[in-house]
Order: sequence, then C-alpha cells, then structure tokens
Amino acid sequence: MDKIENYLHASERKTPYTVMMSLIVVVLIGWSFTTIQLQNVEKSGWTIASSILSGIVQPDLGLLFTFTKQGVPYLFVETIAIAFLGTILGALLAIPLSFLSASNVVPKPVAWLTRLFLIFIRTVPALVYGLMFIRVTGPGPFAGVLTISLVSIGMLAKLFVDAIEDLDTKILESMTSIGCTTFEKIRFGIVPQLVSFFLSITIYRFDMNLREAAILGLVGAGGIGAPLIFAMNSYRWNEVGSILIGLVLLILVVELISNRWRQQLVRG
Amino acid sequence: MYDKLFPPKKLVLPNGKTIAERRSRFPLAVILFLAALYVSLQFTGFDPQTIVKRWQQFFVIIQAMIPPNWSYTPAIIKPLLDTLKMSLLGSILGSLTAIPVAFLASSNILKSKLVHGLAKVFLTILRTMPTLVTALVATFIFGLGTLAGTVAIYAFTLAYVGKLLYEQIENTDMKAFEAMESLGMNRLQAFRYAIFPQILPNYLSTALFCFEGNVRYAAILGYVGAGGIGLLLNEGLGWRDYASVGMILLILVLTVFIIEQISEHFRKRFI
Repeated sequence: MDKIENYLHASERKTPYTVMMSLIVVVLIGWSFTTIQLQNVEKSGWTIASSILSGIVQPDLGLLFTFTKQGVPYLFVETIAIAFLGTILGALLAIPLSFLSASNVVPKPVAWLTRLFLIFIRTVPALVYGLMFIRVTGPGPFAGVLTISLVSIGMLAKLFVDAIEDLDTKILESMTSIGCTTFEKIRFGIVPQLVSFFLSITIYRFDMNLREAAILGLVGAGGIGAPLIFAMNSYRWNEVGSILIGLVLLILVVELISNRWRQQLVRG
Repeated sequence: MYDKLFPPKKLVLPNGKTIAERRSRFPLAVILFLAALYVSLQFTGFDPQTIVKRWQQFFVIIQAMIPPNWSYTPAIIKPLLDTLKMSLLGSILGSLTAIPVAFLASSNILKSKLVHGLAKVFLTILRTMPTLVTALVATFIFGLGTLAGTVAIYAFTLAYVGKLLYEQIENTDMKAFEAMESLGMNRLQAFRYAIFPQILPNYLSTALFCFEGNVRYAAILGYVGAGGIGLLLNEGLGWRDYASVGMILLILVLTVFIIEQISEHFRKRFI
C-alpha cells in the first residue's frame, strides 16, 4: 500500500494550472450569461410553441404527396440535386487546392498561403456566397449549386490534406527502385492510397451539403428552404410540419446510406 | 441480382480447384453516377455558358468590399461579442446536458431498450434539423434576440456532442464498470468512476471542436433575427453597403482563426 501511495504523491501536481483554468472557464460562463435578455420573451411564445407542435403532429399530408413543382417531393429532389452537383464541383476544385496545401508536396510558404486562403473561404457564411452567386446566375437552384461547391471546398480540402500527408512514401521509393515512370508511380502508387479516402470524405460532405442546401432557399438559391420560410412567416404550421418531417426523413435516409457506403469503402 | 445478370468468372487454380471471381461493380456504379449527374443537371438548370459569360459579376461584390470600411469597426465589436457569448453559452450548456442524455442513450449501461432507443431517436431528430431552421423556430417562441440564437446553438451542441459521446461510451472498456458494480456500487457511481475518466479527454475535445464550429454558425444566425453579428451582416447586404460587409467578414475570419488556434492547442493537450 505504501508503494502505491508513494507513486501517487510522486506524480506531478498540476493544481495551480487546474485552478487557473477552472477560474477562467467560470468567468467566461458568467460573462456569457450577460447576453441573455429575457424581456423579449412574450407570453405568446407558449401558444406559438404549442401550435408548432400540433402542426408537426398533424402535418399537411396533401403537400407531402403532390407531385407538381410546388409539392414537397419535387423540392426535395431539387435540394438533393443541388447538394449532389455542388459536392462534385466542390470536390473537383478541392483536389488541386489540397495538393497545393500539403506540406510534403509543395514548399512550406506555398502550403501556408493556400491554407490561409482556405480558412478565408471556409469562414465566410454560405448565405453571403449565395447572394454573390445570385448576381451571376439569377435566383434559382443554379446559384445554389455554385454556392454549395464553394462552401464545400474549405472542409474537403482540409480533410484531403490530412489523407495526402499520411501517404506511405515507402511504396513510391520501392517503385522508383524497380524503375517505374512518374505516371506509373502516380497511377499505381498514389491513386490507390487516396481514392477510397477521398470518396469517403466526399460522401460525408454530401451529407452535410444536403443540410446546407436546405437553408439556401432563405436567400432565393432554390431548394426546400424558401417554401419553409414562407410557411413559417405566414404561420401555416401544418405546412411547416410536413416540410420538416420530410426534411428529417430525407436527411436520415441519406445519412444511413452514406454511412454504409463509407464503411464499405474504408474496409475496401 | 447483379451476379445473375453477369455470371462470375470461373478460374481454375493450378491445383485443379475452380473458384468464382465476382464481376466488378465499377461499370454499374459509373452508369448510376452518370444518370444521377444528368438528372441533377436537368433539375438545377446548370449552364456553363452563364458562368463563362457572367463570372465577373461574382467579383463585383468582392471589389466593393475592398477596401473594407475601417471606421465601421467600433459598431461591430458589440455584436461580435454577442455572437461569441451566444456560442460559448450554448456550447457549454449543450455539452453539459449531453452527458445525461448520452448516459441514457448508451445501450451498454442501460439495459432497457425503450429508454436508450427513445434517447437515440431524440438525438437523431435534433441533429438532422438544420441550425438555421431551429433558430427560426426559436425566434418565434423566444422572441427576436440572442436568446433564440443561444437556444439554437444549445440544441445543435446537445445533439452533436451527445451522439459522439454515446458512441464513445458504447465503445469503452466495460471490465472496470463490471468490477465496480460487483463491489456494490450502483450504475451511476460505477459510471462516474469507471466510464467517465475513460471518455473525459475525448468529450472535452469534442466539445471544444463543436464550439469552434458554433462560432461560425452563430455568425449567420442573425440572418433570421436570432442576434449577433449576423444582424449587421444582413443589414449591410440589404443596403448593399459592401465595404461594411467586408469589414465584418474580415473581423469574423480573424476571430474564427484565433479561436481555432486556441482550441487546437487545448485539444492536442487533452488527447
């Protein structure tokens, strides 16, 4: 028992550090509480909350099953199409950028500059890009596609870089030693290592883009967002309910499928 | 099905055995992919000519943002701090609530299928709601302002951290837990002393990562009236005052960059 206790006392004491950190966190929490303003909360909040709930429980089933251009199914297909095309475009654009920011491919300053550029792209909110692209294409799903592709570049390139920096260079060395050409080295040494990772990352991003595409309607860039906002602003909670149910189901199904594909890809 | 249409290739090994090699799925995948591509192109009205003809329009706004309106900075600071406070409070409260919810959702601690099934469904539905939609609903219930934004961030953090946490709990080493139970501790105590220390570093790292993302999300919540810097962004875009928008974006990028660096530093220490 003494031995164990000795070891316990011998271990490094970090009390001052822990106390400091806890103090900082507590101060931050207290500071952030100052942002809560309760005076804006009105009594009508409860009635609205209950009407939202009843709207979700009794959705407008007619809207869910109309197959015209205003119906929920059409808008969902449009949303999926926006996310799909946007992801592909984004992935195509992200591949060169990711090679440019991998520190084992290009010199350090170039990699650093590209990374800074990527952070900038990543931080600008999607809605701002949406408004910029609407100038190019006019309102509609096309603007949504371009927005989604630009928004995805940041994250895709960041994850691609991780895969590239983990490349096993021993394979390339052995290929050089048996006399392979550069093209053969890329085709049989690099591509097989990266393809499954890149595909898996891209599918994951498609999953996220579906959610992004669903809100782009806010600025008029197509998809399910616009009818959702209109329904909310005119307090038609039954319609809101049917759209939300459809959205949750859609995202769930896509997530299930994409998870299965990604597992298969990673297992090979 | 696929194997019946395209029968597997028969190979005879040197020792006389025959084995069947299944045909590659690659052509099918390519055909499906091209079909999906074609349908999407039709649905979205994708038109490369428009891009070629009008791509300069994209840079019109960017040119208007440069140089940014430096004198606008003092007006940005308070909404920016509001955004930070919103995301901080939402993230902290959300990650704290995630612990009990993840406890209820992990199937190796609670044996009742009903409880952990319900908790999982709850987390999934919460997670699939886009943050902006949650914020919009919250503004109807809690009024315009930072409270609605905090609620939206809280909901997202709860769902995200909760999901990752219960997956970690389900993957932990259960031997210590069982030993503590056999000593006569109840499940809560055993969880506290056997599981919690195992998941703590990962939990803190996930929570920090979520906070990082939340700062970025919180920036747009103002667009639907949920407080913070998004309100200014919306205003600037609405009045086409792009120099001010440029200033807001510049400060936002700087803030997010600093927060990412800090959080990365701590996340490396935790793991």
